[in-house]
Amino acid sequence: MSVTPLLEAYDVTRRYRTGENDVHALRGVSLTINRGEFVAIVGASGSGKSTLLHLLGAVDTPDSGRVVFEGRDISTLTDADATRLRLLRVGLVFQRFYLMPTLSAVENVSLPMAEAGLGKTERRARATALLSFVGLGERTSHRPTQLSGGEQQRVAVARALANQPALLLADEPTGELDAATGAALIALLQQLNADGLTCVLVTHDAALARSARRVITMRDGRIVSDEPSAEPVA
Amino acid sequence: MRATLAFASLRRHPMRTLLAVLGLAIAAALLIDMVMLATGMRASFRSLLTSRGYELRVTPRGTLPFDTEATVGSAAALVSSLRAHPDIERVSPSLGSTVQVQRADRARSAFVLGTQPDVQGEYTVISGRAPLGNDSLLREVIVNAVFLSALDAKLGDTITMSTGRSAQLRIAGAPTRVAIVGEGRFLYVPPGLPALSAPLAAVQAFLGEAGRDRISLAMASVRADTSSATANAERTEAVRTWIEQSHARVTAISTETAIVQVEERLAYFRQLAFILGALSLVIGVLLVTTLVSLSVNERLGELAVLRAIGVPRSGVLQQIMLEGFMLGVAGIVLGLGLGLVTAQWLNAILRDFPGLPADLDFFVWSPEAAWKSLAMLLIASTVAGALPAWRASQMRVAQALREEAIG
Repeated sequence: MSVTPLLEAYDVTRRYRTGENDVHALRGVSLTINRGEFVAIVGASGSGKSTLLHLLGAVDTPDSGRVVFEGRDISTLTDADATRLRLLRVGLVFQRFYLMPTLSAVENVSLPMAEAGLGKTERRARATALLSFVGLGERTSHRPTQLSGGEQQRVAVARALANQPALLLADEPTGELDAATGAALIALLQQLNADGLTCVLVTHDAALARSARRVITMRDGRIVSDEPSAEPVA
Repeated sequence: MRATLAFASLRRHPMRTLLAVLGLAIAAALLIDMVMLATGMRASFRSLLTSRGYELRVTPRGTLPFDTEATVGSAAALVSSLRAHPDIERVSPSLGSTVQVQRADRARSAFVLGTQPDVQGEYTVISGRAPLGNDSLLREVIVNAVFLSALDAKLGDTITMSTGRSAQLRIAGAPTRVAIVGEGRFLYVPPGLPALSAPLAAVQAFLGEAGRDRISLAMASVRADTSSATANAERTEAVRTWIEQSHARVTAISTETAIVQVEERLAYFRQLAFILGALSLVIGVLLVTTLVSLSVNERLGELAVLRAIGVPRSGVLQQIMLEGFMLGVAGIVLGLGLGLVTAQWLNAILRDFPGLPADLDFFVWSPEAAWKSLAMLLIASTVAGALPAWRASQMRVAQALREEAIG
């Protein structure tokens, strides 16, 4: 496995307001994630893990510090450049699957490809292949409402992989799934990682985090531990 | 893909979308009806006045054509004088009155119009022919459909005609038998009024002292000045002025003057039409803004995710504005049909107003005006989606995702 850094964060801080409160979400976080790593970021609710994930995926920008992705400082990108980066280099999976309810599975997966300018035939072929890869080859024309929660999250993973990203970021991807379905999804992420995709998983579930090779623990906007997983489980 | 997404988001709440389209359709129908009403009356009145090619109407002093029963005496001299003017091409004198008509056991009052068939501009022949003869003997008449229906008559039938003012009082002059030789459409006769026409000389003689050398109206056609429209209008005005100065007993009204007078009388109508039209536009805009805002607020999380996975701001903006556009197109297509149907229905009601020519339309289809107004509504409905679309496109993605996760 390569040890080239894919992502580097240097002393990043981020604060935001929720209602009347000023929240210090990140208080000087630094880390390096190498290509091919499978990292879990864990911590209690409000510890800053989702905020960190947003910064790593160019969804948000830090108040101070730098985030470097593939050797490029992404903390000062324009909105258009950050959007393009997310489209082509970063795959995002969310707790609530956020699939377009009136589109079929294959159309949902095709969405980012259409944005990237792929032709209809190519994106349909690629979307069908991705759905087969995540185990939904027989359900390509189903709408989200016709799929179970686990199947919907698999469609969301396929959508995240649509433009062959270098990095997959998953924010509580098993949060709305039962234990067995959650485990199957984690197994899918592990398989993607085994194929060389860098994965960063945010969870508040320490047991789930053990499926990663490296676990970063956060508390009050700071990294309190960063160590290899004692016993990665499939 | 944007169009697919926009359509998909409208399809998600079919009942809401349907109601919005219906609302827009009603606004579009109202708008098109108001445009037809505002422009139609004028167009219809102009068409009615100019359809037979006469630009001037000469009436007894101070009256409008057939507005009263007043007549002008020494009609032959007046008509001769008009025909002698070098700029007057044609003169069509006519005399109108009320007569009693009877066939078998059916008797009715009817409006009789004496005209010179070769120059008359009062009716068009639908079937049969115009009555012949230029002498004082009343033999043939042409009638309208109402007349045929009222007397259960047909072409070729003979009817009895007598002068008189009241069928109830049974005041009638010497009866004359005349043959119906044609059916015509009488341009200026109100709907529901039985009407007939015969040669002017015969009607004048038939009416006795009341008709002797008298006319109710003379229509004059002015020789066209082909150099320019302004020159043509100036020539018409010069002839009109000459008539009034040379013949103190008459008033000469030009088509343009008549249209101006009618427009003045109908100004409130037009203002009302414009206000209602503008209101329908505002309603359309508010409807689309409300619906699209509601839709955007409901799927802020979804839109944030779209932005997060790489859809640019312009993409979100376009998608949401497309929703407004699609609503507008659907509403306008439906509204166009609805507007035309309601316009026909309202026109039929208004045409039955007593005293108005049957051929006067209130709602006239003017493609240019209609397309312009509908295009305006389409632009308005698209722009109406712009505010919620802009708000959605400017959202802070991370903040929206955070709030979604909390909420």
